[in-house]
Amino acid sequence: MKHKNLRKIFFYIGVVIVLVYFLFPFYWAVVSSIRPPAELFSSHPSLIPFHFDFESYVQVFTERPFALNILNSTIVAGSATLLCLVIGSVAAYAIARLKFAGKVGVMILVLMVSMFPQVSILGALFQILRSFKLINTYPGLIIPYIALTLPLTIWTLQNFFRDMPHELEEAAYIDGSGKFGTFWRIILPLAVPGLVATGLLTFIFSWNEFLFALTFEQIPSMYTVPVAISMFTGYYVVPWGQIMAASVIVTAPLVILVLIFQNRIIAGMTAGAVKG
Amino acid sequence: MSKTKNDPLHKSDPYYALIFIIPTLAVIAFVAFWPLAQTFYNSLYKSALMFPQNKIFVGLSNYGALWQDPRFVNDLWNTIRFTAWSVGIETVLGVLVALMLNKKFKLRGLVRAAVLVPWAIPTVVSSEMWRWMYNDNYGVINSILMSLHVIKQPIVFLAFPSTAMPAIISVDVWKTTPFMVLLILAGLQLIPEELYEAARIDGANAWQRFWSVTFPMIRPTIGIALIFRSLDAMRVFDIVFIMTKGAANTETLSVYNQWTLFTRGFIQPYFGYGSAMSVMIFLIIGILAIFYVKMMKIRLD
Repeated sequence: MKHKNLRKIFFYIGVVIVLVYFLFPFYWAVVSSIRPPAELFSSHPSLIPFHFDFESYVQVFTERPFALNILNSTIVAGSATLLCLVIGSVAAYAIARLKFAGKVGVMILVLMVSMFPQVSILGALFQILRSFKLINTYPGLIIPYIALTLPLTIWTLQNFFRDMPHELEEAAYIDGSGKFGTFWRIILPLAVPGLVATGLLTFIFSWNEFLFALTFEQIPSMYTVPVAISMFTGYYVVPWGQIMAASVIVTAPLVILVLIFQNRIIAGMTAGAVKG
Repeated sequence: MSKTKNDPLHKSDPYYALIFIIPTLAVIAFVAFWPLAQTFYNSLYKSALMFPQNKIFVGLSNYGALWQDPRFVNDLWNTIRFTAWSVGIETVLGVLVALMLNKKFKLRGLVRAAVLVPWAIPTVVSSEMWRWMYNDNYGVINSILMSLHVIKQPIVFLAFPSTAMPAIISVDVWKTTPFMVLLILAGLQLIPEELYEAARIDGANAWQRFWSVTFPMIRPTIGIALIFRSLDAMRVFDIVFIMTKGAANTETLSVYNQWTLFTRGFIQPYFGYGSAMSVMIFLIIGILAIFYVKMMKIRLD
């Protein structure tokens, strides 16, 4: 019996270590963002803050176009997510449920894109976007993000559609519904859980992406949030308070989203891998 | 299910399939395949990004120059080092935490949610958070190590080759272990309880049960997680760019490539050379991917 209790204690020590490991950096960012400068720049910072100062949060919005950066990220990530779901769900439906030649070829093409190193197409994509006058525009980021998130979306959704009973389409056909009608009215509503999961993954990817955003948006008024934060560091000073405040501002909504939708997100993340 | 050729339900499939597939093909052609072909074309020229009209055809010589470039070879090695360490550590940690979460205990839901937090935080943000914690004057890591008398002087972690790469690897491990945990946990939950009972009846202890029941059952999942993660780690850019910009011998291929294309190759004639590097990175990762797919015998249909 004693032996069992001891094991239980060790187990819970392990649990605490895991919790601290995963949460401490975020906790530390929150704490740093609300410290008065004198305490922020101390060689022995207290692990728990005693004085609070929200000046960093004010500075982020008054000294920088951070509100605009948040708007840019919201527009880009939101549009990419919606368009990716529209384009991806019809393609996934075709792959899962329609008969056509070259299906395997299409699937290989799509999955190949998911293995593309982004940097490999960076230079040429910049030239192409430049020739279409899409540098420093929203579509200049939205279109690349759609392409990068389509593979996972299609893969996950086609698994979803495949599991639906064929009788659904047959019944709709007998009722005189066309292919589009069947897809739109019967199939898509049933796929809402899959759409939510893949939509969240697409949104988080687009919200967080850095390399393309850094390259294709070259004026501060078009920066997305990650690029804006990376530019906070100046030549002489690193405004740590502001960096931490901005980090908390853009991470908080993601953390809330993750806590609300954790089951959906986990389902989306693991769908391709475990089933495939 | 009867699906003959004359079945009206499936008769017009190819027509609709085409309409349903075309948007996807158009987008990936525009964003992936056209730029890839263009990159290869660019790699055959000596040119600068801002002066595309002044290009000189040089054939495949940029590729030869690549392997004569000590910085490229060194960065390839750095990238492999980074990938091996971070994916290796993540896998071990991932299995441990997944085994923990596969047990029923109080706080399990909380731990599972906490695990997702590093995954959801933008990489730029997590790199900044850790850069602050690693700070030599005000960083919490130096402060704790000094309070515990592990070190006498603060360490400038990101300035020395011996500490900078491990520091960067530790950020990647923190950020991507959650992916491993959740994938492996999903694999663990597919193992039927009867297998454990049978092993218990046979008198197997916990260690033996892990190696004879658990591990063989989650090996395919670990394999797939390894593929995803190592292809990802080979492309690492954000963490290195934010934390050191490649200083202290931490430069990886993507960082060197981005710099060659957009800083060095902006007005100097190195854009073509950078494009050759891009193609080479594509080939290295492509070969790795094909090797993995063959090894795992993944079915595509």
